[in-house]
Amino acid sequence: MPRRPLVNRTNRDYFAGALMIAIGVAAIIGGRHYPMGTLSRMGPGYFPVALGVILALLGLGIAATARFHVREGEDAVLPPEWRGWFLIAISIVAFVALGKYGGLIPATFAVVFISALADRENSLLSATILGLATVAVCVVVFWWALQMTFPLFGWGGA
Amino acid sequence: MIAQSLADLWYGFSVALQPHNLMWSFFGVLIGNLIGVLPGMGALSAIAMLLPVTYTMHAVPAILMLAGIFYGSQYGGAIGAILLNMPSHPPHAVTCLDGYPMTKKGKGGTALGITMIASFFAASFGITVMVFASPLLVQIAFKFGPTEIFSIMLLGLLAGSTMSRGSPLKGVAMTVFGLLVGIVGTDVNSGAQRFTFGFTELSDRVELVALALGLFGVADFLRSVNRIHFVGNEAKVRLRDMRPSKAELKQAFAPMVRGTLVGTLFGAMPGTGPTITTFIAYALERRISKTPERFGQGALEGVASPEAASHSKTQVDFIPTMSIGIPGDAVMALILGALLIQGIQPGPQLITEHADLFWGLIASFWVGNILLVILNVPLIGIWVKVLQVPYRYMFPCALFFISIGVYSTNNSLFEVYEVLFFGVVGAVFMALEFPVAPILLGYVLGPLVEENFRRALLLSRGDLTVFFQKPISLGFMIVCILLVALQLLFGLRAALRKRKPGGLEAGLQLAHGSSTEED
Repeated sequence: MPRRPLVNRTNRDYFAGALMIAIGVAAIIGGRHYPMGTLSRMGPGYFPVALGVILALLGLGIAATARFHVREGEDAVLPPEWRGWFLIAISIVAFVALGKYGGLIPATFAVVFISALADRENSLLSATILGLATVAVCVVVFWWALQMTFPLFGWGGA
Repeated sequence: MIAQSLADLWYGFSVALQPHNLMWSFFGVLIGNLIGVLPGMGALSAIAMLLPVTYTMHAVPAILMLAGIFYGSQYGGAIGAILLNMPSHPPHAVTCLDGYPMTKKGKGGTALGITMIASFFAASFGITVMVFASPLLVQIAFKFGPTEIFSIMLLGLLAGSTMSRGSPLKGVAMTVFGLLVGIVGTDVNSGAQRFTFGFTELSDRVELVALALGLFGVADFLRSVNRIHFVGNEAKVRLRDMRPSKAELKQAFAPMVRGTLVGTLFGAMPGTGPTITTFIAYALERRISKTPERFGQGALEGVASPEAASHSKTQVDFIPTMSIGIPGDAVMALILGALLIQGIQPGPQLITEHADLFWGLIASFWVGNILLVILNVPLIGIWVKVLQVPYRYMFPCALFFISIGVYSTNNSLFEVYEVLFFGVVGAVFMALEFPVAPILLGYVLGPLVEENFRRALLLSRGDLTVFFQKPISLGFMIVCILLVALQLLFGLRAALRKRKPGGLEAGLQLAHGSSTEED
């Protein structure tokens, strides 16, 4: 029997409610920086603050009704995929960074290669092949056919 | 009135059949079909990915293409559901229940054939409704001022977030979150920079494409990496397998008509998602069947009815989107966003001011649906091959197309970070069982809601009761209140008695777990 995940069937709605309250309160605090105005002549701060209040109240509602939330069946036990999540996130960061300082080809290869490694069934070799194949498609479609303004290779910022 | 509609429709065909428009329509249908077949991709990701392409296009071909992608991907989704038991898109989860057993019995071709016929029939019916209902709706909509517009938007947002599956409170919370995301940027009234966190890139609002692809692309990959396990199968479909026999056609006819009516009814109601529509169509068939035990074992009715419902709903959904500017679901919100980007304000004046666009679109639905049928007959073998592309190859390539697609919207790398941000946010929300589709609805409608709210209160000198004083607005408000009251009632009833999990609920769970593009 695997360990119960941190967020599970019984406490999920408490987390959900808390998150909504946090976002709502943040919107209220942020919205207070802008002039509020009056109901007949609303300033830019009025609407965000009103939404923040509503969202925080909804969060309270979600947390308060968590106990009554009828729900059958067991949690599907899904282990966290830290490696996969991390690699997918990094692959997009790599696309931006390499796109800025290296050009289209390295950026394309990086996003495909790194994210392919997120799947445990992909090997280094298959990820490389997939990356190279995508680079080929990318050059033909985006650079040659669509004439996108993105240098294939660049150095020090495009 | 009717003669006028027919004359307009005739004009629409002349627009839709222009070679240039026809080409884009065909391209949309083809690409939509292809992306719809791919595992884990549905109409939303397909439209969002190709949205940047339309920025430089003329409005008419742009919308024709996006609409083509929409119904093309819907049809593609049915193929995956029937042949591989893989609902690449939750509305098709219910098609799996009987479609896949048919494939196992060697009747997969028949199921596809019936789906094709049912889709075409339902779409035609939906289009007809659209042709005759839109002008009527427009006459009413012309009476709308800011007060009425705010009330109906409130109704649309409430319906959109409560009528889908899952907790209604969470749906409403996501809508409000979407409205907040819509606030980011420069306030049109005062010029104040709101919630830009010092990024000048954000002063021009959050990019629609980045938001959509983050929520429905990246978030989905984060959720499913290493969790979707591809079950290959040897589905072989030949052309002649697809022709249903006379008896099968007769068997499927009545369910097809019932499904079409269910879809039309739900399409006209703003905010009801496609998933709930298909499940209701399926449940209805099972309820009235003389042999309900056949359902789940490969009953033809269980394929024909939900597929018909989903297609007629798709067409009818365009009515509120185009004529009042209230999108019924997330896909419609994207199409509305595309219209706004083109500088076209959806609303009652759209039909008169942009007659070429409106009637051309309607005519193109027919043209596109015919193209879809013609296309799928020879290409079915290729689609079966595409279906076998493993997820582990598919998602890295999709990530690349997402990155470059978002970059190309404004040639801005900053927006690629937006995708990542909303991907992570979306994945967290999904893990907490929030529906993410209402975020898009809130985002697109956000500025319109705020603008009309401000204007209505300016006109009434700050009197909030104005929304209950004007008759049309009062009507919408009453429906809003009824909606909330009903939800409260359902919630209480569900909390009071323990339900027994039935087949349908199990199916809904299946739909929920498999993908996130919902309602």
